[in-house]
Amino acid sequence: MRTSPIRVLIAKPGLDGHDRGAKVIARALRDAGIEVIYTGLRQTPAMIAEASLQEDVDVVGLSILSGAHMTIVPNVRQALDDNNLQDVPIVIGGIIPEDDQPDLNALGVRGIFGPGTHTDDIAAFIRDLVEDRGARSDTL
Amino acid sequence: MTALAEAVLAGNRRALSRLLTHIENENPIAAEAVAALFPHTGQAHRIGITGAPGTGKSTLVAALAAGYRQRGQTVAVLAVDPTSPFTGGAVLGDRIRMGALAGDKGVFVRSVATRGNLGGITRSTRQLMHVLDAAGYDRVIVETVGAGQSEVEVVDMAHTTVVVEAPGLGDSVQAIKAGILEIADVLVINKADLPGAVQTRRALQQMLELGHPTKTMTSGHHGPLMQSQTPAPTDTELWLPPLLETVSPQSQGIDELIDALDRHREYLQTSGLGQQHQQQVAADDFFDVLKETLFAEFLSHLPSDTLAQTLTDIQARKISPKEAVDHVLHEYQAQQ
Repeated sequence: MRTSPIRVLIAKPGLDGHDRGAKVIARALRDAGIEVIYTGLRQTPAMIAEASLQEDVDVVGLSILSGAHMTIVPNVRQALDDNNLQDVPIVIGGIIPEDDQPDLNALGVRGIFGPGTHTDDIAAFIRDLVEDRGARSDTL
Repeated sequence: MTALAEAVLAGNRRALSRLLTHIENENPIAAEAVAALFPHTGQAHRIGITGAPGTGKSTLVAALAAGYRQRGQTVAVLAVDPTSPFTGGAVLGDRIRMGALAGDKGVFVRSVATRGNLGGITRSTRQLMHVLDAAGYDRVIVETVGAGQSEVEVVDMAHTTVVVEAPGLGDSVQAIKAGILEIADVLVINKADLPGAVQTRRALQQMLELGHPTKTMTSGHHGPLMQSQTPAPTDTELWLPPLLETVSPQSQGIDELIDALDRHREYLQTSGLGQQHQQQVAADDFFDVLKETLFAEFLSHLPSDTLAQTLTDIQARKISPKEAVDHVLHEYQAQQ
């Protein structure tokens, strides 16, 4: 059982301005004892990767309501990989059609949370995801 | 030299980031790396930025970092936000203001949660600063949590402390109270384009004129009070905190702020106060670690049933906390 707090980056990539969902998630994860780095609106994949690197987060959470997920998610994954963050999983929330979900999973997205998901379930999912990865490597 | 420390010195940002995590988590691997990096510290100008919530500290830090980058200096930022005392979670939102710095490898921003510490920074801040210093950043800026009147711990580890005020927060009586305003080496009225800036300037100006700067002669928040080794500076050498106005989103006043910070650093070097500050920092650093280490060492020798019994006795008012400590301490000494 890990005792140090889990760190999660919450970002809103793309151009839609609906950040209420991201804020609800940030608040819910905070209440679940997680340290949330909230980066706000209109984040580019490069900004997300850089923030993930500097903040050494366990998980990257993306909130996407614009329908651009099939464009944005591969770019974020690529940017993370380019920064040597292959081991950092992505979870996404927002309006994601079921048809797209297998493709997103194939891209390495570990969790997809649509409207109506209980926030406790998201926190529990993230906790399990991090526990599964085990302790951070002691060197790099 | 540990592999982690070597990677940090070689400029590996992921290693740096991971080491900061290990320090925050009090992972034993961190101590070794910090020890290896410690001889490489001492180059950076360490700057503390503090002030009430909503005075615009994060936006000011972003503008300041951008200003330093224009002058060719590299910048590391530790942005501290509070941990929930109830859940241990935190929302760290200072990065939102720093989007314009993205993509610049000369800037490193790390959000840090207080994890229960109440002084406006974290218990590990000093070590985090050492590591960023050793990593070669020219300026290491610590932005405290939104501070009230007495969260002044940052002054113990920054060379230069900036107190950020904004219009409309208090009158001239607030301005003469002890506490946060006293620690300012540089005073900034941020959001100076808002109504009330003139009144704020007047109140702070008055405060500065009323006060005769007397800081630094005896201080020591952690260890015993230390008398300074260097002679007190004469009146002409005293540093009078400049009062500056900024409007961060437009970078208005940022050049003047950077100039003031550079002047203060130079002042510390020429007046000998910098030397004295270094002694103080070294002492604080030592006493902090001593306290933590002794505490852990002592607890590890205290049998858990003794501890439980002692706590029960205190709760039942059979014995005072002080008597209890004297008692267990006595037993510990008898064992040795």
